[in-house]
Amino acid sequence: MSSTTAILLTGVLVASACALLGNFLILRRMAMMSDAISHAILPGLVAGYFLAHGPNLLVGFLGAAAAAAVTVFLVEALQKTRRVDGGSAMGIVFPAMFALGVVLVSKFFADVHLDTDAILYGNIEFSAFDILYLGDRELGPQSLWVMGALCALNLSFLGLFYKELKLTTFDPGLAAALGFSPLLMHYATMTVLSITTVGAFTAVGAILVVALVIVPAATAYLLTDRLAVMIGLSVAIGAVAAVAGYFVAVALDASIAGAMVTMTGVLFAAALLFSPSQGLIAKARRTRRNRARFAAEMLVVHLFTHEGSAAQAAESLVAHLSDELRWSVETARQTVARALDQGLVSQAGERLALTDDGRQTARQVLAR
Amino acid sequence: MPQQAATLEGHPPPIESRPADAAEAVTVRDLTVAYRDKPVLWDVDLAIPAGTLTAIIGPNGAGKTSLIKAVLGLLPLAAGSVEIFGHPYAQQRRLVAYVPQRGSVDWEFPTSALDVVTMGTYGQLGWVRRPGAEQRGRALACLDQVGMAEFAGRQISQLSGGQQQRVFLARALAQEADLYVMDEPFAGVDATTERAIVTLLQDLRARGKTVVCVHHDLESAPDYFDWLVLLNVRLIAAGPFAETFTPENLGRTYGGRLHLLGERYLAVGAR
Amino acid sequence: MAEILRDLVFDYTLRNVALGSALLGIVSGVLGCFATLRRQGLLGDTLAHAALPGVCLAFLVTGSKESVVLLAGAAVAGWLGTLVLLRIVRDTRLGEDAAMGIVLSTFFGFGIALLTFISKRNDANQAGLDKFLFGQAAALVTSDVVTIAALGALALLLVAVFFKEFKLLSFDPEFAASLGFNTHRLEVLLTSLTVVAVVIGLQTVGVVLMAAMLIGPAAAARQWTNDLGRMIALSALFGAASGVTGAVLSVTEASLPTGPMIVLSLTAIVVVSLLFAPARGLVWDWARQRRHDRDLAPPLAAVQTAAPERGQP
Repeated sequence: MSSTTAILLTGVLVASACALLGNFLILRRMAMMSDAISHAILPGLVAGYFLAHGPNLLVGFLGAAAAAAVTVFLVEALQKTRRVDGGSAMGIVFPAMFALGVVLVSKFFADVHLDTDAILYGNIEFSAFDILYLGDRELGPQSLWVMGALCALNLSFLGLFYKELKLTTFDPGLAAALGFSPLLMHYATMTVLSITTVGAFTAVGAILVVALVIVPAATAYLLTDRLAVMIGLSVAIGAVAAVAGYFVAVALDASIAGAMVTMTGVLFAAALLFSPSQGLIAKARRTRRNRARFAAEMLVVHLFTHEGSAAQAAESLVAHLSDELRWSVETARQTVARALDQGLVSQAGERLALTDDGRQTARQVLAR
Repeated sequence: MPQQAATLEGHPPPIESRPADAAEAVTVRDLTVAYRDKPVLWDVDLAIPAGTLTAIIGPNGAGKTSLIKAVLGLLPLAAGSVEIFGHPYAQQRRLVAYVPQRGSVDWEFPTSALDVVTMGTYGQLGWVRRPGAEQRGRALACLDQVGMAEFAGRQISQLSGGQQQRVFLARALAQEADLYVMDEPFAGVDATTERAIVTLLQDLRARGKTVVCVHHDLESAPDYFDWLVLLNVRLIAAGPFAETFTPENLGRTYGGRLHLLGERYLAVGAR
Repeated sequence: MAEILRDLVFDYTLRNVALGSALLGIVSGVLGCFATLRRQGLLGDTLAHAALPGVCLAFLVTGSKESVVLLAGAAVAGWLGTLVLLRIVRDTRLGEDAAMGIVLSTFFGFGIALLTFISKRNDANQAGLDKFLFGQAAALVTSDVVTIAALGALALLLVAVFFKEFKLLSFDPEFAASLGFNTHRLEVLLTSLTVVAVVIGLQTVGVVLMAAMLIGPAAAARQWTNDLGRMIALSALFGAASGVTGAVLSVTEASLPTGPMIVLSLTAIVVVSLLFAPARGLVWDWARQRRHDRDLAPPLAAVQTAAPERGQP
């Protein structure tokens, strides 16, 4: 297997594994937990390295998973004391864990290869060279096996508990009433997130994990209203960012992890601007259109409200619109023109009157 | 009120028309308010006479809070205008005091009851100037008015809901305004606080002040207020309480939902 | 002990490191109070990460490694990150947590890409840039300390001038607006000052640990007092104390990095405050709870043994 293929495959598998979980983190408003966990596992990795007297996948994995569990527990416990708010609880725990990790590294492994840069942004570049052996048989790059396993784990987690995850996310009260404990699902999600973070972390570093968990899912959330579609989209977006990032990195001779993250950012920005339903441009256009329609509705409701009242004569003058409704002369003119055009009002000299259609529209608008 | 005159001298306001030369405390013309594209108030015309105790009543989602926020300049207006004592709000700010809903702030905030009440004087102080002994003295007097003087130094999270509400009322008193705008001051308070608020309202009216309250309890409303605004996105009716609080008007305000309220409230309305 | 004190005054390195770290602790301690009270503690984390590409771009554009230039780039990028964050929160259905995660990770990833890009082009020249990742308090020189002191003094002066307004904004922004204060401008000012604190911190503790410098001192101080002014003073004190302690530990004990030692000292202060602060300390809660249980135990047991008898029909 060429190193390019190995790196690309690893990237796509990491992206898929992370994005799958990211959907529920986004919907549960817990995205920052992935940031906290990804930083906090450092002391666990170091402890694993220490215990195994060198880099050992399984021991390092267990150490990191234990650190992740400690982090989730500490954050929960701190929040429960109600002495600090949720964000602060995270901001107290994960820097402390990370600092502990850095201190351990510089105290005991100053001369060993466990440098903190690689932990922050990984070394997917070398993923092709770390070959997994079973006895004497060569099984291919280790990171592929790890990420493939994570992908399978997350897919089966989502597959088995899709209904429960959906219910506890959208209506925890109902879920609890039906016997699906939201707390249990929370801990299950956090456990799977920890395992994913730890696995992905050894391959691609802390920041790439956070980006791949959060950003593709957030991008997908801007593009669809259906959960199943959102999950599929997030995986596709993550994979595209991984592949595109690789080629950008090679072209510019920059960090592959950094470029992959940058590409997730680019895709997110594109969705933020151009999404047909949630995008800023579509929204601005919709607002402009609605504002014109809304102005016409305001006009008919205004005339309707004052119909038959003593003030009717004064309120229905065209000039009154800019005075009393505080519209600019231009807005007033356009709105009157639009309403005349649609047959909602009729004009006699400076005076406006509702047509039957206009009266009907006003009633409909007010009944909404 | 010599104390008030003194503080006003220090800060020449732009126009600050005293209520004496305006019969209407609040004048709302053709007011439409929308959140994004969704209108929450449609073309409301309203005049609240100075010196009244006014209740704004309507079902949930009727736009009651939006109306007072629009009056206070806290929401952008899609159309229309608001005047306080005959002039735009920006010029009359110091004549208006505001009591927001109790749930709108974090009561765990590290501050004391007295400190919160002192915040009522910040508007008159303007930018940068610090509250001094004079302001704190006034704040203490206001706390005393709502029966909370002994809790001045208490951290605000250690007060009961009713006591917190009275702290908010005292803060409004410290603003030394002519118009008091309150968002559900009676919501979830104990009997002592309810009595204290009623006494306070009557005291304010006796001093010629105007009070506008969002209110949700149809049963108590006739006892507390003398002017009524019925609102359900549009203005349904407004006028002297007894004339306006009719079964017909209430029916139009609450639509079919009034039946759920039971015969009792209709009977109250009809008396 | 006496030796450490003497070194603090006379040892050039230790004096600079301790002074720079203490100043950072004071500034971030003060601004962290407002940030945490407004539930924006993690904003500092986002800002710090978002600043990295600014540092790299400032270097790419100017070719200068002057800390003033790099910090200006950091400030601009941090501000841009905040604007994007606010825009996402305001105009999409994504929550604040997602928005923070997006800005933090993508800006930082871009920064890493730039950093590696720079290092591979002219490898001799990038050495100064990656110190922003973990901070390099040990490398602070007198001119850095002067920069930190000037920026910090400006930030603290503005907090002193607008103390009343910031307090009102943090407690009840809507009431502040009804009084005629321009809350939008106040927010911009307060956020800008937080950016200053973060920029100072980048040089000292680095990107990852900055979150702790804003949140830790404030969270600890909150446990000891119910008064905002006192909380701010205590928070500044805790920040300064952990700065000096971390600096001394890292300089006296070889091979211990300064930034992490500062954060660990700070964490110790937070833990002690959470457990033992009078009135709010958790230990007193637990003790009360135990006393309560013990006092109730015999009567409860009596009720339990009595219950079945009464429960018989």
